[in-house]
Amino acid sequence: MSTTAPEIQALIRQKYAAGFFTDIEQEQLPPGLSVDTVRFISAKKGEPEWLLAWRLKAFERWQQMKEPEWAHVHYPKIDYQAISYFAAPKSANDAPKSLAEVDPKLIETYNKLGIPLEEQKMLAGVAVDVVFDSVSVHTTFKNKLAAAGVIFCSFSEAVREHPALIQRYLGSVVPQHDNYYAALNSAVFSDGSFVYIPKHTRCPMELSTYFRMNAINTGQFERTLIIADEGSYVSYLEGCTAPQRDENQLHAAVVELVALDDATIKYSTVQNWYPGDEEGRGGIYNFVTKRGDCRGRNSKISWTQVETGSAITWKYPSCVLKGENSVGEFYSVALTNHRQQADTGTKMIHLGRNTRSTIISKGISAGRGQNAYRGLVRIARSAEGARNYTQCDSLLIGDRCGAHTFPYVEVKNSSAKVEHEASTSKISEDQLFYLRSRGIGNEDAVNLIVNGFCKQVFKELPMEFAVEAQKLLSVSLEGAVG
Amino acid sequence: MLSIQNLHVEIDGKPILRGINLEVGAGEVHAVMGPNGSGKSTLAHVLAGKPGYLVTAGTVTFKGQNLLALAPEDRAGEGVFLAFQYPVEIPGVNNVYMLKAALNGIRRYRGLSEIDAVEFLARVKAKTVALGLKEGLLNRPVNQGFSGGEKKRNEIFQMSVLEPALAVLDETDSGLDIDALRIVAEGVNQLRDAARSFVVVTHYQRLLDYIVPDFVHVLAQGQIIKSGSRELALELEARGYDWLLQAVA
Repeated sequence: MSTTAPEIQALIRQKYAAGFFTDIEQEQLPPGLSVDTVRFISAKKGEPEWLLAWRLKAFERWQQMKEPEWAHVHYPKIDYQAISYFAAPKSANDAPKSLAEVDPKLIETYNKLGIPLEEQKMLAGVAVDVVFDSVSVHTTFKNKLAAAGVIFCSFSEAVREHPALIQRYLGSVVPQHDNYYAALNSAVFSDGSFVYIPKHTRCPMELSTYFRMNAINTGQFERTLIIADEGSYVSYLEGCTAPQRDENQLHAAVVELVALDDATIKYSTVQNWYPGDEEGRGGIYNFVTKRGDCRGRNSKISWTQVETGSAITWKYPSCVLKGENSVGEFYSVALTNHRQQADTGTKMIHLGRNTRSTIISKGISAGRGQNAYRGLVRIARSAEGARNYTQCDSLLIGDRCGAHTFPYVEVKNSSAKVEHEASTSKISEDQLFYLRSRGIGNEDAVNLIVNGFCKQVFKELPMEFAVEAQKLLSVSLEGAVG
Repeated sequence: MLSIQNLHVEIDGKPILRGINLEVGAGEVHAVMGPNGSGKSTLAHVLAGKPGYLVTAGTVTFKGQNLLALAPEDRAGEGVFLAFQYPVEIPGVNNVYMLKAALNGIRRYRGLSEIDAVEFLARVKAKTVALGLKEGLLNRPVNQGFSGGEKKRNEIFQMSVLEPALAVLDETDSGLDIDALRIVAEGVNQLRDAARSFVVVTHYQRLLDYIVPDFVHVLAQGQIIKSGSRELALELEARGYDWLLQAVA
């Protein structure tokens, strides 16, 4: 193992491939957070009075809350007054109707990332709602979706066009005061995506949003709300990369999913935000609250995530299983390299009868990465016949990284069945030698082993996304072997 | 083809091989026999380039090249194959997918383009039939949940797809019942030709009933203490190793 150490070190030090900066004129609020900031954002977006009141209430609660410190992550204290809470590309003042109207620099950025919009438009009927900093600048395939009655638009637009739905569902899954970051998001959220799938409708295409942060020192506070009405189905893809920069960026998004009777929501994420340099400087802080509410009978919410980026990840996509026979799933691959830290997992809250949940978590640690799985399975007294299966595997690459598992299980109904399996392993020299002796190079051998380790999760991803995820994983891992 | 001269190898400061000399010509089958702990597996591992072994003296030349200077994957590229005594399980990695990656790795090393998928599958299919391998095993994760016999058969299957110039079989017969042994041996015999060489490491002469060697070598205490023809193996079976060891002492 030691013989290959120098070349490994060299490869581990590989620079973040998507690290570049687009020079677009920003309309930006000076740093600072107060009631006035909240009012400014709301006014800037022309929001109705009720939403401003909602934001202000959230802000009030946030001020009374304390930043959580229980996660297995370490970082310098965030100065919330040093963050700017609003930035919009100028061109958003008169929103572009087609690609031709989009700032060419923006297009260039996407091209560098290998996700040109033109290509995406053609790709297998995927509609794209691009979030560039805080304002959505582009939405495609709207008409086709509209024909099916599907609403897929920016959050701001939804506030204007579908206020009744927003008012009914906003904060109904993640209450304003749910946690520190959710409260902050509720006060200052900038924009995000809104999806509504009408009754008995199968969304005709996979919905996809690419996020990209691109303004110095601007916190990013996205808000996503997806409602699947009775008997409907939707698959939503979220993927992101960010340019390289020097200061830590806070990202505190909130995602709320609501599944009514017999509805299914599949939410897939490939996350590749800037993880910081070798020493962890400049990476994204990703403090996200994602929760799905299986409100209806036989409803299903499935989270799949591949997390390879960010300096710090604090994220627990969860399911509240209220409806009888409802199903919650969580499939996760989390990779930490260099000095990345991840504290991620899920919560499955069983309230309804015969509710079922599955948790498959795969953590990979390399370099000096620290990877923690934190999961809660709670079976309420009312959850007669509830079942959970949890499998939690950790893979270590090298000897300076760490894997930690924090499973919490609370069972208040004796008819429930809860299973938990966990394993921790290292990529063994024997496995590597076996593959190499067959003619497979060291890098490829590691990728094969890691991809094999993650297979259970990758097969839950939509096809193109799975390919992307495999690529991402191999790029993130290049050389991280000994 | 393969020339081993005065090879000395240590593990963790402990000498295991103490001056091995072995010449393997093209198309020859050499059996290396010997008691437990004599260094047979070490020899096999060193030829394939397993990390953790320190070569303190001697040379290994393969097709005129210094084999010891090459990484394991490059040795495979040159045509060396090791059938493992204990094949390794690789969870989640499809057996055929791995084999295709291996074949393409070797082809890249040789400056060839990647193999056509149809051609590859045809080749795989033919070898599967020839070795009586259950087709279901092809798409299972590498060696995972395989029986002992299936694992060994899988090694020979990989060998027959990769078509090496030099195959080193490390106790391929251990843990095999007589039927599996025959199938494995047939697999090897099918590959025998004037260009391909074999080094068959085994503890028992039983395997040599099926894979008939051109030469037999006895390895003891890190040295080849006796070489002979096929008859030497039979003699060893009848008399054991002790008489030889005593003679050397």
